Amino acid sequence: MSAIAMHMSDGLLNAPTSVAFLVVAAVGVGVALVKARADLDDRTAPMAGLVATFIFAVQMINFPILPGASGHLLGGALAAILVGPWVGALCVTIVLVVQALLFADGGLTALGTNVTNMALIGTAAGFAVAVALRGLANRGKGGLAVVAFVSALVNTLLAATGFVVEYAIGGQGGVEIGQVALLMLGFHALIGVGEGLITAATVTSVAAIRPDLVHLLKGTRSPLEVRS
Amino acid sequence: MKRFFLGFAVVSLLIAGVLSYFASGDPDGLDKTVEDTGIAEHAQEHPFAGSAFADYALGGDDRFTGLAGVLGVVVVLGLSFGLFWLLRKKTKA
Repeated sequence: MSAIAMHMSDGLLNAPTSVAFLVVAAVGVGVALVKARADLDDRTAPMAGLVATFIFAVQMINFPILPGASGHLLGGALAAILVGPWVGALCVTIVLVVQALLFADGGLTALGTNVTNMALIGTAAGFAVAVALRGLANRGKGGLAVVAFVSALVNTLLAATGFVVEYAIGGQGGVEIGQVALLMLGFHALIGVGEGLITAATVTSVAAIRPDLVHLLKGTRSPLEVRS
Repeated sequence: MKRFFLGFAVVSLLIAGVLSYFASGDPDGLDKTVEDTGIAEHAQEHPFAGSAFADYALGGDDRFTGLAGVLGVVVVLGLSFGLFWLLRKKTKA
């Protein structure tokens, strides 16, 4: 078996639900396109491109969570902490679009739900937690690592919850929603630990070399720290 | 600055091109959920399932996963860099 990052296939949800979430995703990405401009300049634009690229690469690496089950990075919190929520949502969206079109990973009608869950919900959740804990993130490497870990864990759980909600709205097969929720959240609690570790390692590595390129830390560091 | 960006790109290339061979082949949390509940029976085959690089391989051959990964890195970097460069404010460097 090869490295396969598996996203939602077509057919898991009924057509109206799939279309509704295509609209949700399109509106969300549209807003992100407008808002992202304020966070992009000659310095952060290349960084954003590299963050999208890194998320694509790391999503290929499925790590084992249980016998017979694996997980992979979703990337919302990682992107939001490094390049902000709007640019971050666009990073994850680009990854999902390339995966669906070039690698047949994630359905085409399911692109709306995949973008909604991982690019919109995951990034928003990760950023919200990171901002709430920003004081801790500014207290040094350990604090930043903890903030990145918790943000990523929450981003994974809420993205998984997105699928549960979508299945409750228009899922095929009539499986009891409690069972879907239990499995999804159980697996993604474990995946979230992996997501947290990857996110913490990545964010602290970037912060160690180029703290000025960590969006979450922008404008909050003392001049002394910036100079070092 | 250029060195940092170059390093970031090289790390991504190595992950997608080399580390990808060591990834778990087991279904992920979502896939496992839809398999265990039977929801997967409703999954439709991907419209591009027969395309050259489907499933991060080359013509279905897993030995080329690294090549597919490198291609993906190049495509994502090109698309995202192009989009973000166009969107950026052209003020400060």
